[in-house]
Amino acid sequence: MKHNLIFRIAKALLLVRLKQTMVAAVGVTFSIMMFITLLGFMTGLNDLLDGLILNRTAHVRLFKEIKPSKTQPIDLSGEHKKTYNFIESIKSGSTRKEIYNSGAIMQAISKDDRVLGIAPKINAPVFFNDGNIEITGVINGIDIDKESKLFYFDDYVVEGVSADLKNVTNSIILGKGLAEKLLAKTGDVVVITTSRGDRFSLKVVGYFQSGLLELDKVQSFASITTTQKILGKSNNYLTDIQIKLKDIALAPELAKEYAEIYETDAEDIQTANSQFETGSKVRTIISFAVGITLLVVAGFGIYNILNMMIFEKMDSIAILKATGFSGKDVKRIFLVIAISIGVVGGALGLIFGLLLSMGIDQIPFNTASLPTVTTYPINYNIAFYIIGGVFSLITTYFAGYFPAKKASKIDPVVIIRGK
Amino acid sequence: MNELVLEARNINKDFHDPVTINVLKNINFTINKGEFVSVTGKSGCGKSTLLYILSTMDTDYEGDLLIDNQPMANKKESELAKVRNEKIGFVFQFHYLLNEFTALQNVMLPGLKLGKYSEQEVEYRAIEHLKKLDIQKLANKSANQLSGGEKQRVAIARALINDPLIIMGDEPTGNLDKKNSDIVFDIFKQLTVEFNQTLLIVTHDNEFAKKTERTIEMEDGKIIKQ
Repeated sequence: MKHNLIFRIAKALLLVRLKQTMVAAVGVTFSIMMFITLLGFMTGLNDLLDGLILNRTAHVRLFKEIKPSKTQPIDLSGEHKKTYNFIESIKSGSTRKEIYNSGAIMQAISKDDRVLGIAPKINAPVFFNDGNIEITGVINGIDIDKESKLFYFDDYVVEGVSADLKNVTNSIILGKGLAEKLLAKTGDVVVITTSRGDRFSLKVVGYFQSGLLELDKVQSFASITTTQKILGKSNNYLTDIQIKLKDIALAPELAKEYAEIYETDAEDIQTANSQFETGSKVRTIISFAVGITLLVVAGFGIYNILNMMIFEKMDSIAILKATGFSGKDVKRIFLVIAISIGVVGGALGLIFGLLLSMGIDQIPFNTASLPTVTTYPINYNIAFYIIGGVFSLITTYFAGYFPAKKASKIDPVVIIRGK
Repeated sequence: MNELVLEARNINKDFHDPVTINVLKNINFTINKGEFVSVTGKSGCGKSTLLYILSTMDTDYEGDLLIDNQPMANKKESELAKVRNEKIGFVFQFHYLLNEFTALQNVMLPGLKLGKYSEQEVEYRAIEHLKKLDIQKLANKSANQLSGGEKQRVAIARALINDPLIIMGDEPTGNLDKKNSDIVFDIFKQLTVEFNQTLLIVTHDNEFAKKTERTIEMEDGKIIKQ
């Protein structure tokens, strides 16, 4: 009953100054709309750029690095345990590049609940022969099915079919840049030389485009068996095990755990690609800062308009107070006005923000390096809409609070006698 | 039957800006139920200041004020607002209706604020009061479409809506022509005679004051005759 009355008075005051109120609401609408669009677009781009790397990268990668042994024989000797030993000119030993006991490791890891899937890989540096020119490159021996499932390999094959790697013996998919250098078309045969000097002929079954030009100039893909054949290794030879996790945040922890258990080197995605995370974070912070600045500006607009309204409505406030409305009631009336502007303006802002985002989502965006993307990327994360909505309420509340407090302090005697 | 409605005991007030001036000096008087009292005096004698103290809107004074035998000292702002809502009806010189509302809504507002009756009842009572003042045809007109005399009558209806203990007026006829002044006076007279309504009217119109039952004359912040 009493609240109802306050709402009614607030509504009457609002409607009398409808134009001003609308200007204030449009300010909020505009800022919320831009906030939503900006964040959606920025995050969409972030996701796209991150995806470029992150989709193609294992969360945890197990491998064997060529490096000098951590423990030298002298450290093992009991006699010299308590001394500090200086050894100069340490060289890496002739350790094998493959992961020991890879089959058993893969079996154990795939049983881990935290793991989404694993894909084995062989990394084989080779030379591509083009007449008398040699181009350095890498052949990645992959398991096509697992690679497609976990790392979206199919998305990046721009010509040919990835399954041909499995179905055609001695086949290869070349990076687009590499294929252009070699002038190799689908169906052609390219000749490679391994680091041990063996020569091989491989049939090109497709092109691959990752979006990273440097990568496409050196990378190529073949099936695991083909790669093992090229290298002259047995069928349990693997250099990398790529692990995709259910929760990417667990990567550093698991990398450490697996490195210890399986006595291999392990690298997590956060360490390998820290620059991407930093970039995304900075871009998100900038978007938030701009969005919040817009909202604060809109808040000042509301503040001004309410201040003006209170100035105009001095007489009404005085009469309300004289007839028994307390300062608190007057304050509530003006807060209701401010918050209604916030609610209406904010809701419209969310709707228009969504529409504008959807509009941007329709704009064609074709770039050679991103074959899977055809329109500008937009992220429709519900969190932005919640933050935008909550923030519009908070700003309008504060923008209304100070004028409302001022109105509640108006002394009716001064107004009534002042005439 | 001498039922006490309002009592002022030793009320003193100073203005401190720019120098301290003692505007009210030892004001003592009482008003009984059903009395029609006018306060007169020259401009600046403190009669309006006194009225705003009696109305509880001005709290910066010394002395005691009792309304309905309740002391008003040390009451909180919201409690005083409640007293004004429930026990005091106001009529000002400059009408002061809320232009955003119709005449009827203006009359209803203090009643809705009090919350003693349902909205339908408040509306019914408001219409009754408008009828009593012969202005029921103005009920649905917006406040800024009314003439000065009409506004003042709507303001009187608003003052009556909560059946106040006392109606206070600050020069209620000061801004009206002779004809409308007479109408307003007749309404006041009718209220005291027919409904035993207590009235306290500040005016500098001696003719108006003479017609009231009792006149309190002020000069230089003091009551010289009552």
